[in-house]
Parts: sequence; structure tokens; C-alpha cells
Amino acid sequence: MTVARMTALLRRDLRLALRHGGESLMPLIFLFSVIILVPLGVGPGPNLLASIAPGMIWVAALLASLLALEQLFRPDLEDGTLEQWWVGGTAPPGALVVTRLFSHWLVTGVPVILFAPLAAQMLYLPSDALPTLMLSLLIGTPVLSLVGGLASALTLGTNRGSVLLSILVFPMVVPVLIFATGAVTAAAEGFSARAHLGLLTALLILAVTLAPLATTAALRLNIE
Amino acid sequence: MIFHRLKVGFHRLGSPPTFHKLCRILSPWLWAGFVACTAIGLYQALYVVPPDYQQGDSFRILYIHVPAAWQAMAGYVIMAILAAIALVWRIRTVEIMTMAAAPVGAAFTALCLATGSLWGKPMWGTWWAWDARLTSMLVLLFIYLGIMGLYAAFEDRRKGARVACILVLVGLVNIPLIHFSVEWWTTLHQGSTINLFGESKMHPSMLPPLIWMAIAVKLMFGGALLDRSRNDLVDQDRRKRWIRDVIGEEA
Repeated sequence: MTVARMTALLRRDLRLALRHGGESLMPLIFLFSVIILVPLGVGPGPNLLASIAPGMIWVAALLASLLALEQLFRPDLEDGTLEQWWVGGTAPPGALVVTRLFSHWLVTGVPVILFAPLAAQMLYLPSDALPTLMLSLLIGTPVLSLVGGLASALTLGTNRGSVLLSILVFPMVVPVLIFATGAVTAAAEGFSARAHLGLLTALLILAVTLAPLATTAALRLNIE
Repeated sequence: MIFHRLKVGFHRLGSPPTFHKLCRILSPWLWAGFVACTAIGLYQALYVVPPDYQQGDSFRILYIHVPAAWQAMAGYVIMAILAAIALVWRIRTVEIMTMAAAPVGAAFTALCLATGSLWGKPMWGTWWAWDARLTSMLVLLFIYLGIMGLYAAFEDRRKGARVACILVLVGLVNIPLIHFSVEWWTTLHQGSTINLFGESKMHPSMLPPLIWMAIAVKLMFGGALLDRSRNDLVDQDRRKRWIRDVIGEEA
């Protein structure tokens, strides 16, 4: 029953994302506008760009993940679907929250991972570091979705959520940014990135276990 | 028996009039203690303690900087304990106290950053460095600001306080993570000099004012916390009857 309900929600979310194709592409378009603006801002020198590439790609991915957060739970709150998660009784609300966060990651995180090689090429990231970049994005972007979902749930009851959202997300993603860019930088300089990636995975495990609990509690308070 | 009385006392604190009365009685004592301890501490810090052999007189800013840093962190722990109590037992006065703790903690964090920056210019030659301790303090300030902003953004203040309490607890998990992750850039700031367990690296003659100032800052935190909670409570309940009774009593 629970699994059926979760699959149904996932299919609905993905179908909605496909129908709103333009909106779903926003994170990717945003990512590439940052990647294109950086060389225009700091100059086209390949050495400089290669050294800032890990940080720039990660910061762009981080900001891109913020874009869709405002709409993560709000439409469902407004049309009453969110309340049905609690009163419907077909599945535990926590399971539905996890499903929603997973679909958010599929729509905003996965495209960024898939297009990371192109962004890396545009910023002259050494090709040895590319697998590490993609691996760090694969481990790190789910954390961005989980943390962003929490911030989105916390600000759900407010009218001016979007400004608050970035203030709440920023402290929570500091460790992700440090370890992810640390991994890519280490790989680009020819060192092993395993320590950084290990710590990043630890962050992912922590976020997967704790963030949905807090998100569910926050949503529950906001629909009261 | 004692346990029972403590329990009854704890539950009475949930009643706004009792809480209001307790705050009114306790807060002047805390402020008086703060003034006394600060007077002793600052006198010793400025006149009794000898100048540092290397930094001269400018090291004396330490007596503000270090207690403020301690209190910025201790304040968060106090706020997190209050938030846990507020969420578990749903006590409204504790929710109000949690929210009152955030601006005080933020003020100490800002004070710590400001004094550190003033101290850093003559000693390190720079106002700011992207050092582990400095960065985690700056992030702590943003966590405090986020909590305050979230509380302020709700129209229903009770709901806002409860949602912000969740954020306080999330921050408690988050702060050690931030601290250890920024340790990866080991840099300019010295390691801890004062150790509770084991030998401190500070000369004993420099220590007493620091302890006085640390106590003073704790008392000030308590006084400000109680005053802020009382103001917020009176503001929220201003149309209620018990307020009229209390004000009438005072007039």
C-alpha cells in the first residue's frame, strides 16, 4: 500500500515536471548562465578558470537547486493535497516526504550531474578530475535536495519565503561545499579524493536519516 | 518529595502570570550581578594584569572577546535545550524564551566577531581571515539570524516559535559539522588556550579577570533573556486579562 502510494506520487510529480518542461529546465539554464558569466567576469585565462572550476560548478549547482524549492510544497499546501497526506492514512507522511524529495532530486539534481562534463570542459577542468566531479555531484546533490526540502518546509507558513530560504540553506550546505570542492580540487591536483568523498558520503547518510524527520515535523506544524 | 515540588514548580512556570512574576523578580538580581562582576573584571583587566610581553596592552581586548565567544556558543546550547523542552512539552513560555535567546546569542556572536576583527588588525595585520574559527563563528551568526528571521516571518507567533524551534535543533546537529569541516583549513587563529581539563597555556596572573568577565557575561545573558521573554509575553498577551491585573497591581 505504502509503496503503491509512493510510486503514484513519484509518477505524478515527474509527469507534472515533464508537462512544465520550461520550468523544469530552469536549474540547468541557470547553471549554464553562471558558467558562461564566470569567464566573462574573471577573464578567459585557462589556468585561472581551471583552478576555480570546482568551486564555480558547485556553487552554481547549489544556487540552481534553490530555484525550485519555493514550489516544492506550496502548491500542495494551497490546494489541500498536503493535508491529505496526513488525513488520507494510506501511507505514512514521512514516506511521501521522502518521495517528494527524491523527485525533486531527479528533476533538479540529475540534469546537473549529466551536464557537468560540458560545464567542466567550458571551465578547462583537468579531465582527470571529471569522474571525481561527477561522483561528488552524485553524492552531494541529494544532500542539497534534502536540506533544501527542510528549509522549504520550515518557511512554508510564511509569505516571504524565498529570501529566508537562502539564509536557512546557506549554513546547512557549508560542509557539503567544502568536502565536494575539496574532493574535486584534490583530484585535479593529482591527489586521492577518497577522504573527501568519504566524508561527503557521511554527510549524505546523516542527511538522509535526519532531514526527512525534521521536514515532516515542520510540514505537520505548518498545516495545523 | 523534593522531586514532586520541583515538578510542580516546573509546571507552574508554564503559566504566564507566574512566569512574568519570576522574570520580574530575578532579572534585577542578574543585572546587578552583571554590573558588579564587570566592574571587578574590567578593573583587574585594565589595571592589575601586566601587559603582554609581545602584544603589549592590546591583548586586553581578550577580556571581552573570549567571554563573548564562549557565550555565543553556550547561548546556542541553552537555546537548543529550551527548544527541546518547548517542542516536547509544548510549553508556551519556554517557546517564548527560546525565541528571546536568539537575538541575545546573535549579539554576542557579532560582538565576538567585531572585537576579533579589531584585535586582528594590529596583531595579524588584517581585519578578516578565512580561518576555521572565524568562519564557523560567521556561519553561527547566520544561523542565529535565520532563526530570528523565521520567527519574525510568521503571522501566528506561536506557530512561528514552534517552527523556529525545529530549526534550532537542526542547527545543533549542524554546528559541529560546520566546525569540523572548516577545520580543514588550519590557519591563523591560535588553538584553545584555556583548558578545563589539563593545563591552561595562559599565565595564571592573566586568568582571574577572564573568569570574572565570563561570569558577568553569563549573568547578562540571563538578565537579557528574562527581560526579552517578559516583553514578548506582555506584547503577545496585551489584550488578556491577567496583564491588566498585573499592570493594575503595579500601578
